[in-house]
Amino acid sequence: MPRSPSSPPDGQKHVGRRVFLGIVGVGALGIVFGARVQNVVGSALGSGLGGLLPGGDRFRIYTITDSFPSISDSHYRLKVTGLVDRPTTFTLDDLHAMPPTRMVKDFQCVTGWRVPDVHWEGVRLADVLDATGIQPGAKALEFDSYDGLDTESLTLDQARRSDVIVAYRMLGAPITTEHGGPVRLYVAPMYGYKSIKWLSAIRVVEDAVPGYWEQNGYSIDAWVGGSNGRSDQPID
Amino acid sequence: MTSAPPDLGSDPASGRRRLLRFDRVERATHWCTALLFAILMLTALPLYFVQVESLVGRRELVAQIHTWAGVALPVPLLLSLAGPWGAGLRRDIRRVNLWRADEVRWLRTLGRQGIARPDKFNPGQKLNTLFTAGAIVVMVATGSILKWYRFFPLDWRTGATFVHDVLALGIFLVVAGHVLFALTHPGALRSMFRGWVTEAWARRHAAGWLAESEAGWLAEDEAGWLAENATPATDDPVPDALP
Repeated sequence: MPRSPSSPPDGQKHVGRRVFLGIVGVGALGIVFGARVQNVVGSALGSGLGGLLPGGDRFRIYTITDSFPSISDSHYRLKVTGLVDRPTTFTLDDLHAMPPTRMVKDFQCVTGWRVPDVHWEGVRLADVLDATGIQPGAKALEFDSYDGLDTESLTLDQARRSDVIVAYRMLGAPITTEHGGPVRLYVAPMYGYKSIKWLSAIRVVEDAVPGYWEQNGYSIDAWVGGSNGRSDQPID
Repeated sequence: MTSAPPDLGSDPASGRRRLLRFDRVERATHWCTALLFAILMLTALPLYFVQVESLVGRRELVAQIHTWAGVALPVPLLLSLAGPWGAGLRRDIRRVNLWRADEVRWLRTLGRQGIARPDKFNPGQKLNTLFTAGAIVVMVATGSILKWYRFFPLDWRTGATFVHDVLALGIFLVVAGHVLFALTHPGALRSMFRGWVTEAWARRHAAGWLAESEAGWLAEDEAGWLAENATPATDDPVPDALP
């Protein structure tokens, strides 16, 4: 007797189809609602277990070179040059001697992962620029990394925001090598690639050359939520 | 619908029959997919664990390999299903889909109620197959969102990252279990290399399938006998009247 494909032989059930579609369905729900689930799971696990288990609050460490540049605190230098009144080289002690700024803000990657409520501490970039003085005609900043490859840029207005800092502490401790220590940039209102690691130099310029990630297609003005042609909700 | 596997003749060692468990297409599909899984799992480690990354380096290259192995992941399966060469695979997928009442009971009791005459694949094997198929779909979908993120809202990207990571952990566990079972069941493992199992193996691990196959052989023998002994067509117009 011919059977239609949808009616199984006697006593048999299409369990396989249900299991398969169930997995795919849960996956689809996870894409849409996973951000919320992750917040719950992340705060339940904390940063200890959550740092290892998927779903917890964890950073993904991207490098564009083969290894992490390792710079000791005593050898660290930040050179500020270009259209400034006083080209200056800052040591880590110089930065520590300036008035500190602390904030607790999310780190949001453009590809989607997010670490909520990260503690940051450093010096406002605006204070650094005030220390060197800015010459007329300066409109933008270029940043270099000790990794020798990564570069970034900000407009002068963006750089003067109070939530843009030259950071030397994060997560309640001196910044580790894999997080870009001893000193990195933290641009709170923008996607993570703007917060260049292992900050080595700042050049004040009239027109900034787009940074490494921007040359690879990322937005130059990387406002979280307002970038890449999307109207994502701002996170903070 | 059941179809008997071809009788592969006698195993010279034991003088017993061999049964074809996986045909060439199925074996090729399995090993291509397994290779891609291995590449993906190996490259996932430095992408996820910064300690491993600092040993391996070359993140960009590792990420490229991971991405394109991921894109290729469903290809062997789709190619095998695309043509008449996939008949054996399609039949086995039907088996994995259809569960008998005792298999459903096994699932409902979480394995406490055993199965007297297992099918060609036991429910655990069926679940492994289904998980793998579902995982391929979900991992390719979430991976694509991470790769081509600009077409998706930020919340989806966060969700896709979450799903990709959690399911990756599940895949590592299930694959570890799969490999462990394979290594401790050499008869089953051999069938994924060479295609066949012995009749003794089938009696022990897939009695229901063996019975089905034997019925198939019987039917074939019968058909053969009938063909050989068919009476020439007569003018008798009433076939019902045949003795």
